[in-house]
Amino acid sequence: MTFTQQLITIGMVILGTVLTRFLPFLLFPAGKPTPKYIQYLGTVLPSAVFGLLVVYCLKNVSLFTGNHAIPEIISIGAVIGLHIWKRQMLLSIAGGTVCYMVLVQLVF
Amino acid sequence: MKKDSKTIRKAFRCAFPHTIPIFAGFWFLGLTYGVYMNVSGFSFWYPALMSLTIFAGSIEFVTVNMLLGAFNPLQALAMTLMINARHLFYGISMLDQYKGTGWKKFYLIFGMCDESFSINYTAEVPDDVDRSWFMFFVTLLNHFYWFSGATLGGIFGSLIRFNTEGLDFVMTAMFVVIFMEQWLKEERHTSALVGVGLSLLCLLAFGQDGFLVPAMAAILVVLTGLRGQLAQREGKV
Repeated sequence: MTFTQQLITIGMVILGTVLTRFLPFLLFPAGKPTPKYIQYLGTVLPSAVFGLLVVYCLKNVSLFTGNHAIPEIISIGAVIGLHIWKRQMLLSIAGGTVCYMVLVQLVF
Repeated sequence: MKKDSKTIRKAFRCAFPHTIPIFAGFWFLGLTYGVYMNVSGFSFWYPALMSLTIFAGSIEFVTVNMLLGAFNPLQALAMTLMINARHLFYGISMLDQYKGTGWKKFYLIFGMCDESFSINYTAEVPDDVDRSWFMFFVTLLNHFYWFSGATLGGIFGSLIRFNTEGLDFVMTAMFVVIFMEQWLKEERHTSALVGVGLSLLCLLAFGQDGFLVPAMAAILVVLTGLRGQLAQREGKV
């Protein structure tokens, strides 16, 4: 690939990313009333999207090979447990991450 | 003017703690990305400029492969639209929140990665903190972490030798916590369960590389089908 071709490729990726981010705001500008259906989606989508993001983070984990996702299951359990117990975001995240690092580096 | 700078500093101090997990995660992933570009034969200028201008993690990794392959700009565009289609959902969710943020709105939308969206959507900003500056700093800090990580990875990447295996779990942990926060806040969990359930189903059916778009389509269809029920109980829209 020549330098110009590289620039065009990167430009396409920028264009695609910017499009997906700006499109809803261009279609439904702040000055005009947003259609009821889109408002509805705006209220119900986030919960579903956070679920999707959790699954997305775990997409490379395999239940059936390697260590059978045991470090992931234990560490997510730790995150949930810590968060129910103290409800301190940073503590839950740090605790779960340290737990996972110990498990994959020392145990599995 | 003095009052302005006070408002801005206050918003920064409020935003920073929310971004600490992302600092850890983005530095790790950014460094990994910079190293990856470095060993793929690109100078550090590539990860530096790409992290600034694209600022969307997963597609940047994919772009490295595209740059190493045959020149195919349309495929690059199509691939980006597919991987990043989830931003459409973020935009629809943020239509109201980004309203009235003035000139910052452009940057807030430009920098709306998974992490900026998640924090800006869920964070409870105290009443005396300016929300638009808060969201601006969350976005800016995240952007800076990603850029600096990727650039440092591109420069020094091959020299790093301590054992960071598993540090990337910080992102998973963060999304689990954000999911829980949303769960604890909402009265009905239908949408959350729909999101997790359909994503898992699509992951099993389509595999890790192709599940994102079908999962989004399925979520959209099911939530649209449930509109009568969900909208009515919430008593609005």
